[in-house]
Amino acid sequence: MEDIYKYAGKRLTPDEMKAAIASSRHAMTEQDAIVRSRNFEEVNLGYSIETAQEEAKRCLLCPVPGCVQGCPVRIKIPEFLSAIVEGDFLEALRIVKEDNALPAVTGRVCPQEIQCEGKCTHVKAKRESVGIGHLERFVADLERYSSEKLPVETAEPTGRKVAIVGAGPSGLTVAADLARSGHEVHVYEALQKPGGVLIYGIPEFRLPKELVFYEVDNLKQMGVQFHYNHVIGRIFTVDEMLDERGFDAVYLGVGAGLPRFMNIEGESLNGIFSANEYLTRNNLMKGYEFPTYDTPIYRGRNVAVIGGGNVAMDSVRTAKRLGAENAYLVYRRSRVEMPARDEEIHHAEEEGVEFHNLTNPIRYLGDENGWVRAMECIQMELGEPDDSGRRRPVPIEGSEFTLDVDAVVVSVGTSANPLLTKSTPGLELNRWNNIIVDDKGRTSKKGVFSGGDIVRGAATVILAMGDGRVAAAGIEEYLETGEWPDKVE
Amino acid sequence: MNRIITIEEEVPNVHKMVIDAPDVAKKCKPGHFAIVIPDEQSERIPLSIADWDEDAGTVTIYFLEVGVSTMKLARKVAGDEIDMMAPLGRESEIDNYGTVVVCGGCYGVGAIYPIVKALKEAGNTVVTIIEARAKYLLYNEEVLARDSDEIYTATSDGSHGTKGKAQTVMKDLVDGGRHFDRAYIMGCTFMMMRNARMAKELGIPSKVYLNPLMVDATGMCGVCRCDVGGETKFACVDGPEFDGADVDWEQLFKRSAQYVPHQTLAYQHKKCDIDHCGGV
Repeated sequence: MEDIYKYAGKRLTPDEMKAAIASSRHAMTEQDAIVRSRNFEEVNLGYSIETAQEEAKRCLLCPVPGCVQGCPVRIKIPEFLSAIVEGDFLEALRIVKEDNALPAVTGRVCPQEIQCEGKCTHVKAKRESVGIGHLERFVADLERYSSEKLPVETAEPTGRKVAIVGAGPSGLTVAADLARSGHEVHVYEALQKPGGVLIYGIPEFRLPKELVFYEVDNLKQMGVQFHYNHVIGRIFTVDEMLDERGFDAVYLGVGAGLPRFMNIEGESLNGIFSANEYLTRNNLMKGYEFPTYDTPIYRGRNVAVIGGGNVAMDSVRTAKRLGAENAYLVYRRSRVEMPARDEEIHHAEEEGVEFHNLTNPIRYLGDENGWVRAMECIQMELGEPDDSGRRRPVPIEGSEFTLDVDAVVVSVGTSANPLLTKSTPGLELNRWNNIIVDDKGRTSKKGVFSGGDIVRGAATVILAMGDGRVAAAGIEEYLETGEWPDKVE
Repeated sequence: MNRIITIEEEVPNVHKMVIDAPDVAKKCKPGHFAIVIPDEQSERIPLSIADWDEDAGTVTIYFLEVGVSTMKLARKVAGDEIDMMAPLGRESEIDNYGTVVVCGGCYGVGAIYPIVKALKEAGNTVVTIIEARAKYLLYNEEVLARDSDEIYTATSDGSHGTKGKAQTVMKDLVDGGRHFDRAYIMGCTFMMMRNARMAKELGIPSKVYLNPLMVDATGMCGVCRCDVGGETKFACVDGPEFDGADVDWEQLFKRSAQYVPHQTLAYQHKKCDIDHCGGV
């Protein structure tokens, strides 16, 4: 048997250490900004084998690695980087996959700068961090393009059956962990394709859909069964799954699916879309390939996206790619408060997105056919800090101005979709309708676990996956002991 | 994937499809709808559920060929498989109100059936009125007659029943001294607006089944938002049944027209391809 700790506890020689300290980070090749702002192909092009190995050599192999602490799923980062240095790429991927079922995804969409890379010793010494995300992506991509595959390993069947509701990042993570332990796993997904936000939300240019399907195929090879077009709560309920369909446990990873609007005048005009609608039309339904695909998407000339998160960046960069002459990002605070990843903001700027920070729409003006033609905005300034710790934006009286637009994408957040929770008696919710769970992902209902955005409110892919790992461990324990707490807080 | 058991063209351009869906059939209620996806490139098409059979494990839908995706659906044959997500929407409000009038037009002539049946089972006297442009476009009359106490037909050209629309019959009946406690109206948006306005004029509270644009149909995208009684509602999860008197019809028409130029373009783009008419 292969020694699974082959790369654990390695140390650099003094010469290697010197070289690592003197080295600088290898940038990933990108598509040219002008070219890419007119196509939907991926922006980042990946590392070559040589670059990847050079970059991996920069790891200082710290005895107490901060990067691992910074990773929500605790990937054994120094070990997998050592394997890359040795050219043992499949082993590197195996090490990553012990903790992360979707490395090709997280390597692309994780906010590494505030997680693993943010905790890198290089950063503490004011140097650039090791490109951990880029390398994670590299090992996953290399296997996908190679004929040498990582063997599928699962334990003997246990005879236990677990249902997972929602094929998004948290659900897929739970599926991977439980299938590996030999449980029979069924994933129920409302849409016609797997991936959740990875499919309908994140655009192709940031996350090619083929690699989501590749990871899902891997899960299928591990025996996970996928059931699409199943809206749980409607076609059958969680209670029916537990009582009649023979499931020993159920994991709810249904996401945060209700778009928020601002409830200002004119918001129902034609040409005003929720980010969910705009991105779903574009990504899941492939509206950018209309009319080859049947679902149309409106190609605005002057498009304003309201919001400052990653979803707003995805929307505004999509608008640019759909041919917008002017793509505006309208955000009520300033750039430093933007919740979006730095890389996304930077990419949007490079692609020619025009930022209107400290600006808020107050009403929309339409034409006689009900189409939006302009939006009235007001300028903001930052006042005292609010609950989120960020300085509260306050309107500046008399600063109103009008922006001509023919399409607006409202990306000011989402709230919990009550479709499933309403049909599940005994499930305790907080005042935002998010499911309450304990530190093992257990809900107030016996046998029912939850995680991801339906618990947290809108967060990130990797936090949802972290929840999935916790819940998978919780499910294992429950299947073993059958124990459930009286109260979940 | 769900297998198509039968597909037939009831009358020109109105197609009836029976689909194998045992789990769905167990959960259907009047007022529910389904999302149907004919193939990989297709739109997600919302369609009212027109009937179901728990024992046979089947669900029935009616649809019109109006765009590329419904054209592809109409070209399917028995045995083909399609994606179907159902049941969706809120269940219809049904009770014993006394005497109710039910109006169906277009696909609604077929899809109103579960409501007629449920109203009858709840103990109502059910008066059903169906409308079409001409006799050859009317269908389902015998099926609806079985569960209705009275059935009337209206045609625009007068070729069958009363000359006019469903609301013409509704008004004639009320003028003749009939009293209706409620009206249930299903059909294309224009038909529902006309009949709901007449019901309002006659003082009858009405229920309509809105059919705005939809994408996911689970409350996620908000394209189906409608103004009902001064509030923004999502037809997919708050409806599709609403009080006819409260609906902002003007806005619904405008919102529904958003992609008409796209639809026309796509239809022209695909029609020859799909019907193998040789091309140019």
